[in-house]
Amino acid sequence: MSTILELAAAKADAARSASVPADGIRARFRVNYAGFALDVDLKLPGHGVTALFGHSGSGKTTVLRCVAGLERAAEAYLEINGEVWQDSAAGVFLPTHRRALGYVFQESSLFPHLTVRRNLEYGLKRVDAASRRVSWDRVLELLGIGHLLDRLPGRLSGGERQRVGIARALLTSPRLLLLDEPLAALDLKRKNEILPYLERLHDELDIPVLLVSHSPDEVARLADHVVLLDQGRVVAQGALQETLARLDLPTAFSEDAGVVIESVVAEHDDHYHLTRLEFPGGAVLVARRPEALGQRLRLRVHARDVSLALSQIEDTSITNVLPAMVREVVEADTPAHVLVRLDAEGTPLIARITRRSCDQLEILPGKRMWAQIKAVALLG
Amino acid sequence: MPLSALDFAAIRLTLELASLTTLLLLIIGTPIAWWLARTRSRLKGAIGAVVALPLVLPPTVLGFYLLVTMGPYGPVGQLTQSLGLGTLPFTFAGLVVASVFYSLPFVVQPLQNAFEAIGERPLEVAATLRAGPWDTFFTVVLPLARPGFVTAAILGFAHTVGEFGVVLMIGGNIPEKTRTVAVQIFDHVEAMEYAQAHWLSGGMVLFSFLVLLALYSSRRFKPGLS
Repeated sequence: MSTILELAAAKADAARSASVPADGIRARFRVNYAGFALDVDLKLPGHGVTALFGHSGSGKTTVLRCVAGLERAAEAYLEINGEVWQDSAAGVFLPTHRRALGYVFQESSLFPHLTVRRNLEYGLKRVDAASRRVSWDRVLELLGIGHLLDRLPGRLSGGERQRVGIARALLTSPRLLLLDEPLAALDLKRKNEILPYLERLHDELDIPVLLVSHSPDEVARLADHVVLLDQGRVVAQGALQETLARLDLPTAFSEDAGVVIESVVAEHDDHYHLTRLEFPGGAVLVARRPEALGQRLRLRVHARDVSLALSQIEDTSITNVLPAMVREVVEADTPAHVLVRLDAEGTPLIARITRRSCDQLEILPGKRMWAQIKAVALLG
Repeated sequence: MPLSALDFAAIRLTLELASLTTLLLLIIGTPIAWWLARTRSRLKGAIGAVVALPLVLPPTVLGFYLLVTMGPYGPVGQLTQSLGLGTLPFTFAGLVVASVFYSLPFVVQPLQNAFEAIGERPLEVAATLRAGPWDTFFTVVLPLARPGFVTAAILGFAHTVGEFGVVLMIGGNIPEKTRTVAVQIFDHVEAMEYAQAHWLSGGMVLFSFLVLLALYSSRRFKPGLS
């Protein structure tokens, strides 16, 4: 008898702990300003990079500011990996300086009266030695700023300042890193200078990141998880690949519709100068890459670069052809086109083809076809 | 040099008065300026106007009200008497109190401008780096507002040195207690001692010019973040 009760209790406990996972971010905010309303309820993984994606005015930055406590939402609940930072129902509000977070602002935000070294120390000094988990040398090395320590911020380039800003945030050993369009104020050259550092951050540090961005490329390159915002509401949230492959989402992605594929460098062909990238369900050949075998690379395949055939055509110049099954056909951004969602044995693909071809080939869900990939964008 | 012992006493007294007044004004003016720079209260306009009043009022009006308030029958006078301090008018302490009111806008306004120019962002940045409000004030706001403090101190000091009407009404004209340079010059002129009046006046012109020169040629520091 008692064993049954204990079992039931244990089950109930398990159910409770399953409903509130200790690992994860739960963020619910309701804000009502004149002319702007935000109402979001987010359940995010407690690791990896989550992108808050949307047009300007969609409320991405407001969400980030609410998470940081810089904005105080009237109704709010915020829990970071089991720690409650804010709960308006219980009257809990941790002020920003008591939240273990790092924040990188859109424009450079270094203190001009302090050298790079003292800027970096500013946050570090305010964290107990016992809770420091990120080492000074490691951060300097990761962001390549060791040679800048004695300079004043006024003497740095935009990209250098932003790297110091990221390092300064990391040195507080945050439990959550918030990046508010850290690349927006930079030109393309500087962007390309910082992106690799952000990727290394992602690969090497186990700190969950919330990234605000309006650039699909940035999101595709850096994020693992996406939250799509529009006019203060969540339109979609989920893993990057699945969310990008969804066709029911509004214009945010449609001009630029496509999927992201995680691949591994499988083979180099030095004769033809090609590299074979493998992923679940297939492989593609791309121009020779410098990466070593086994390294991971992210690919982006635009819907406009995918065409469909009923049989495997041999006499074509297109190298990359994958067998795939049609899952769904929906309207595209113009009446002349449709979007076809395919499943290439586990890897999602989207093709943008004309409505005429769709009818002639009798493309319907369940049909097996060959997807011809004309171009692949490498993101990493 | 044709300056008398009384002239030197007046100079020393003026410098003491201006130094003490400036020190008090920086202490009192900083929170007022901070509040004015940051508040969204509807009282902001009213408080700002009160602080600025000495800019437009004749010193005699200010002196008159201070005299009445601090005199034996005024509320402040009653208080100081009950504390066994006597009354403030015609004392050095009374002069300091009057000078603080008189020079208040010259200190508050530069500080307020400096605080406003810093903006919200550096405070937010400091908060995300675990600095509490006081910590932020001393480690970020004060250093960034330093040019504002320099301007405020110079203006407060110089303006207190140059006051006349209020000093005459509150301080009377007691040698070595309340007789400042400005009043001393007035006395010399009344007594037709033009040589001494020249020396003191010329000194004041030179002093004021040097102060303003320092102020206007100081590097214009751009506040905010980089």
